[in-house]
Amino acid sequence: MYEGLLAETVTIRGHGDEEIGAYLARPLGAGPFPGIIVIHHAPGWDPGTKEIARRFASHGYMAISPNLYHRFGPDLAPDDAAAAARAGGWVTTEQFLGDADGALRYLRGLPISNGKVGTIGYCSGGRQSFLAACELPIDAAVDCYGAFVISPSPPELPFRMEPVIDRASQISCPILGLFGVEDKNPSPDEVSQIDAELTRLGKEHEFHTHANAGHGFFSVDRPAYRVDAAVEGWRLIFDFYGRHLS
Amino acid sequence: MCTYIVEKTPVIGSAKGAAGWVTINTAVVAVDHPSHATLDHALLLDFVNSGRPVSERVALELSVESARELIAAMQTAVDAFDRAG
Repeated sequence: MYEGLLAETVTIRGHGDEEIGAYLARPLGAGPFPGIIVIHHAPGWDPGTKEIARRFASHGYMAISPNLYHRFGPDLAPDDAAAAARAGGWVTTEQFLGDADGALRYLRGLPISNGKVGTIGYCSGGRQSFLAACELPIDAAVDCYGAFVISPSPPELPFRMEPVIDRASQISCPILGLFGVEDKNPSPDEVSQIDAELTRLGKEHEFHTHANAGHGFFSVDRPAYRVDAAVEGWRLIFDFYGRHLS
Repeated sequence: MCTYIVEKTPVIGSAKGAAGWVTINTAVVAVDHPSHATLDHALLLDFVNSGRPVSERVALELSVESARELIAAMQTAVDAFDRAG
């Protein structure tokens, strides 16, 4: 454990070479340290996301979380930025990938970097972490219950989310998937289909479906939190990153 | 899951929030993860003036069940007004 941390907001160059804010938490010391991109969920660049970044820093990782809603207003409170995103049509896949690539370049450019960078995301961020594994030169990706990876959003939903499994042949890093058996999006059947497709493509991955857990079991401030799944999930995450980012 | 369920409707009226009374012209209605309510999903209702900063919105986060009850109460009230017309 690293007791001494530095956490601050920095500016990085994201999609279209535009400047966006990012939250950086890192251990004190000369390193070298691996890096992790923490992808915030749809409710925004919120305190919970930044707490996750600090948790990674305390375990010896440089963690950065780009503000994917920066363009809706750089100084907005997270809930207001999320409201603007809802009203404004969210962010495009291209913009997300550009911002994540900017975070990747920022981390690798730090003098204390060991050159290895992973991604992690929860819920919508889980899908985006999977997407990053398909499109960016990262070293490991963690997908926590990302929906719409293999199935499109149902037609009754007004905002269409396209599946990303068609890009899986481009995956160039190991993937850890963490899911809940009671989740409906992705359902255990969808998780099995993704698992089978990655196996067919020869992509290194490990999927874990936790008992007595549904969508959002890592969320400490929601009823969906499940202590056993979350504790075991964090153990699996640090084991996975330890093997692939050291 | 993040549902991305969002509906928008024009409205005529005012709302009072952090910026005091503001004239509003749009209601943004979503069912998704809330920011404050300790619920997995909630009805998210933003009353906004599209020409003003989003920080002036008046926001509600309601459980889906209480949202249904609110909708019914609103319907009952406007129906009563129509009958009294």
